[in-house]
Amino acid sequence: MNNTGPVLILGALSDIGVAIGRAYAGTGRKLVLLARDGEKLEREAEHLRLRYSAIVETREFDVLYSHRELLEELMPFPTTVISVVGLMGDHETSATDELAADLVFRSNFNAPALFLQACANKMAAGGVIVGISSVAGERGRASNYFYGAAKAGFTAFLSGLRGRMEARGVQVITVKPGFVKTRMLAGMKTPAPLTAGPEEVANAILAAEGKHKDVIYVRPVWRLVMTIIKSIPEGKFKKLKL
Amino acid sequence: MIAGWGRYPRTEGTIIEADDANTARTLIASHPSLIPRGNGRAYGDAALSHSAMLTQTRADHILAFDPENAEIEVEAGAILADLLPFLLARGFFVPVTPGTAQVTIGGMAAADVHGKNHHGAGTFGRHIRALTMLLADGSQIRCTPDHELFWATIGGMGLTGVILTIRFRLIRVAGGMIRQTAIKTGDLAETLAASESSRTATYSVAWIDCLAGGRGVVFQGEHAPETTVPPVPRARAVPCDVPPFTLNRLSIAAFNQTYYHATRAGSALVDVWRFFYPLDALHGWNRLYGKRGLVQYQCVLPHEAGEAGLRLLLDEIARQGLGSFLVVLKLCGEEGNGLLSFPRPGFSLALDFPATAAIFALFERLDAITLDHGGRLYLAKDACAGPDSLRHYQRLDQFRALRDRYDPQHRFASLLSQRLGL
Repeated sequence: MNNTGPVLILGALSDIGVAIGRAYAGTGRKLVLLARDGEKLEREAEHLRLRYSAIVETREFDVLYSHRELLEELMPFPTTVISVVGLMGDHETSATDELAADLVFRSNFNAPALFLQACANKMAAGGVIVGISSVAGERGRASNYFYGAAKAGFTAFLSGLRGRMEARGVQVITVKPGFVKTRMLAGMKTPAPLTAGPEEVANAILAAEGKHKDVIYVRPVWRLVMTIIKSIPEGKFKKLKL
Repeated sequence: MIAGWGRYPRTEGTIIEADDANTARTLIASHPSLIPRGNGRAYGDAALSHSAMLTQTRADHILAFDPENAEIEVEAGAILADLLPFLLARGFFVPVTPGTAQVTIGGMAAADVHGKNHHGAGTFGRHIRALTMLLADGSQIRCTPDHELFWATIGGMGLTGVILTIRFRLIRVAGGMIRQTAIKTGDLAETLAASESSRTATYSVAWIDCLAGGRGVVFQGEHAPETTVPPVPRARAVPCDVPPFTLNRLSIAAFNQTYYHATRAGSALVDVWRFFYPLDALHGWNRLYGKRGLVQYQCVLPHEAGEAGLRLLLDEIARQGLGSFLVVLKLCGEEGNGLLSFPRPGFSLALDFPATAAIFALFERLDAITLDHGGRLYLAKDACAGPDSLRHYQRLDQFRALRDRYDPQHRFASLLSQRLGL
């Protein structure tokens, strides 16, 4: 890997964000951590400094608000930008409360997409953009289509951004982790072979960077699972309780 | 269903999680009954509750590291296995380690764990400089060894409050290698003699074959001068519960026989992972005991009880007929200050069994022998003893008085504390 510049993690206190931060801290690259809770962020940063002797900068930041100032302050600009933000929301609430649904859309699509575009505009050849999307974006399911639609949008955005940045030599990686043992899925029973730990996601991203990967499923079995799910005719799919 | 490492007993209680002090305070206020839980490595019901179990696995940060004074301060949820590569790379090691690295530092303090160096280094609690805790009334205190609550909390099994951070001393080491010496013995008397004469070794522990008259292997260890920092080994996993019939006198005798003969007497250089945590290499080894789970019997008998006491225990076990893998015998040193700390001078014996009715009956007979000889049971392992088994915890009344004062409603309670009437 010849990308040795700073790594920006948006959503650094999510379970996957923490795992990514710790994995990158071990590589010696400078970290720029963004999260909403400044106090907890500083605790994590101090841990990374002590545990990995990492150089860590933190910014209390909410992706739903303007990122213009923040991005102008980052010098030198990060050469790897990773978006981990996301919000599952409660689907039933989203279906009856448009403000709740809007928050799911904005948190998973509008805000991270606009943030990554702004970053892309500042990045030079050799840079890497990573977006954590979801297998939920591959097909809308009755039980989760607000989140799924937002992730579908995000996946399409990343795909387009990849095409645009190709000529500029910036790699865009779409990550579709499948089930991950995180607070987002707390209390949900998921099949063990389909469920990854946050560290697995982090290691998969680390491995994908520099290997010219475009789209990664953390556990390869998910590629098969999604192929099957996508191949079900709509007439049948709508009757499935998924 | 939530269980301890032994997977017996189980509870329908809920796991609640605090990733910082504020969340923990809110959870204490909103739960009339709860017990702190580390990484679930206590065998029995020490970290179980039918109400709520408070975990802090995301409060796992290193807060301060002072190489000059060889001290570190961490949050209670930090896992020992995650800390060790950091420490070894900087020429440090923990002063005391239990037989698995998959424990939280908070759990190590709450159970006041001991290791293969107990005869010299005492328990983990001896090396703790300060704790910060949340009490039942929601107040936060920092206590050092001169605070009355300190020694009630060390070994207090989570019953005095929630430990938030631990500051403890480290030892300096060259690297992560141990010079191990194995001495093979022919019978129990020889095993005890070899253990006694291992007092001068930094680490010592004996494995005995309880189906072959107490012959065994005494392992001694010293930190080696090599500066190698060994990589963290990758664990292999037990893929499923092993059916109960595979565990019988024949298979255990065969295992013990093989283990005895496969162990080479003499000196070898091994890394800390293999020396201290051999079972961690087999992820989920508790599943070898099947769905019913396992129970461990660990007691300590005073020196006065001598070989006769140990022989009574081993004979009782042999009479039962099943036997046990990996019976561990350990010479314990001076007693520490923890009011409920387990180790006292004498020999500690630990054996694993499947959790069956016959074994529970056996444990009752073993308890009688242990208590007759002034011995104690280890609360971090126990799953089935009665209140009377605490008889030789001489400072129990002091513990109870402190707990009543700091937590009059016994908000912090576990299945263990209820079972034993702590």
